[in-house]
Amino acid sequence: MAEFKTAAANAPIGEKLMTWVDNRFPATKLYKEHLSEYYAPKNFNFWYFFGSLAMLVLVIQIVTGIFLVMHYKPDAERAFASVEYIMRDVPWGWLVRYMHSTGASAFFIVVYLHMFRGMMYGSYRKPRELVWIFGCAIFLCLMAEAFMGYLLPWGQMSYWGAQVIVNLFAAVPFVGPDLALLIRGDYVVSDATLNRFFSFHVIAVPLVLLGLVVAHIIALHEVGSNNPDGVEIKAKKDAQGRPLDGIPFHPYYSVHDILGVSVFLMLFTAVVFFAPEFGGYFLEYNNFIPADPLKTPAHIAPVWYFTPYYSMLRATTDFMVNVLVALVALGAVGAILKGRFGGGAKVGIAIAAVAAAVLLKTFDAKFWGVVVMGGAVIILFFLPWLDRSPVKSIRYRPDWHKIVYGVFVFFFLVLGYFGIQAPSALNETVSQIGTLVYFGFFLLMPWWSTLGSFKPVPERVTFESH
Amino acid sequence: MSDQQVDRSKRTWLIASTCAGVAGGAATAVPFVSSFQPSERARAAGAAVEVDIGSLKAGEKLTVEWRGKPVWIIRRTPEQLETLKKTEALVADPKSERKPAEFTPMESTRNEWRSIKPELLVVVGICSHLGCSPSDKFEAGPQPSLPDDWLGGFLCPCHGSLFDMAGRVYKNKPAPDNLEVPPYTFLSDTRLLIGEAKA
Repeated sequence: MAEFKTAAANAPIGEKLMTWVDNRFPATKLYKEHLSEYYAPKNFNFWYFFGSLAMLVLVIQIVTGIFLVMHYKPDAERAFASVEYIMRDVPWGWLVRYMHSTGASAFFIVVYLHMFRGMMYGSYRKPRELVWIFGCAIFLCLMAEAFMGYLLPWGQMSYWGAQVIVNLFAAVPFVGPDLALLIRGDYVVSDATLNRFFSFHVIAVPLVLLGLVVAHIIALHEVGSNNPDGVEIKAKKDAQGRPLDGIPFHPYYSVHDILGVSVFLMLFTAVVFFAPEFGGYFLEYNNFIPADPLKTPAHIAPVWYFTPYYSMLRATTDFMVNVLVALVALGAVGAILKGRFGGGAKVGIAIAAVAAAVLLKTFDAKFWGVVVMGGAVIILFFLPWLDRSPVKSIRYRPDWHKIVYGVFVFFFLVLGYFGIQAPSALNETVSQIGTLVYFGFFLLMPWWSTLGSFKPVPERVTFESH
Repeated sequence: MSDQQVDRSKRTWLIASTCAGVAGGAATAVPFVSSFQPSERARAAGAAVEVDIGSLKAGEKLTVEWRGKPVWIIRRTPEQLETLKKTEALVADPKSERKPAEFTPMESTRNEWRSIKPELLVVVGICSHLGCSPSDKFEAGPQPSLPDDWLGGFLCPCHGSLFDMAGRVYKNKPAPDNLEVPPYTFLSDTRLLIGEAKA
């Protein structure tokens, strides 16, 4: 417990007030720890805008969401009409709704860029593993939040999208059908499903999301921010114990972020006012048709931010499962012949590989499609332990590592593109290659991230004042 | 660590009361999780549906709702029935042997037409992959998203699964199973009861 302080008798009234508060609540302490005396590296670049922008979008979503709930009806008979009511009859309702729908897409743009920043500069490496893991959990929550929110307008895409994703759970062996029934609360997606998704979307998931955001920031402020050089600024401190390369978050980065916020809001409002549907990518045209349980639209695709993962789901056919069995066998033979393991471990690898192959062939390709899709997100959690490179930042890695990252990003975008397109033979083959590249990037990382000649990492961050 | 002696009986009680607390918490969770299950009203909505098929001409399709799902009734033409012989080699489960209890509950429909009367197909129009409703592609010949030697059948728009005119799924497609044939009974030549097999 902190010592009880007393302000001087002639102190200004403001100081007296803060002393009174600080004796009862650590307001000044929190302000110092997280803002005025939180030292962030001075060499942040463009990529460091996206963390604070994600926070801004979260606030936009919460505020607009609160106002939407005032007019929306979570009822299968009335949901679609109530959204149209918001759009046409509620004063400025269209603006609030477009801010919310554009905000959903903006959230994913900002978060994908924020995650890619972390990957480039090794921001998930020791001691920031938990910052990364909380971040991945936020990403997962965000996906759940976006998916359940998408059902609420009760259009054709809402309905059939939910039907497809809930049926994913039915693919789980043994308990699947019961699990899907438990999620839907009915034999098909229905009013019961809409009601519970509404509850999750407006209460349950946002609460978890906020808790995770707080944990993400507390963990970050405990270990300190990484930077484009991947140098620990805490290693070099001045006489007062402040990092030599650090500057207080407030006012330096708070003011700096205002620039990012301004540019972001220009783009955001441009979309809200001039292209809220964004050519059918932010609001899909089929969703302007009320949900019809008897008719699937001719072409259904999830919203753009889910399409890379959706492609992976579609890519997992019987043929793909055979490829996976072959890869497991190849990996096991390689590990046994070349790996530096003991005899017992090699027997273990052989048994595990045979078991994996048998399981792959036992359950339907449908189930493995779900596993691949889920695994593509879950694998991100393990990134801190998959990366074994001796340096954090891409700046000091061998140049060809940049090509590896480039190929990864390229295929992620290709998967996203094909996830929007109608199924075809070309689509299937390219998605299968993309899926293998995506998983290869992560699963082979312990190997490739150690290869090549690394450049010397400087003692201090590289920074030129301007 | 303190050098205090461990009070064994206190520790036993702490463990016992913690276990009791956890069990109580788990028991409290049961009603909450159970509330996710379909309500009594949703369960009751699964009754059988009676359909008049007297006006259904050859090559036509009728869709009715049963348990919230689309059920298709199609009077197949002799040519369409003829294609089933050719698709026999192309489909994954021509004899409806996979999970029969779930997909073809009636013995009388486990044949090459997957129907009681050869021409009259009754299937649930929900893809066994992820629950989309496949589109009609009765016209044979090359078309977008279909193979060039297409014989007529159904295409699932979501993930490209193909089905023949008996709702049998093509090999190497995302959908693992044929379209479900629901239990049904002919009340007369023109009246069909969907949802109940003849007792």
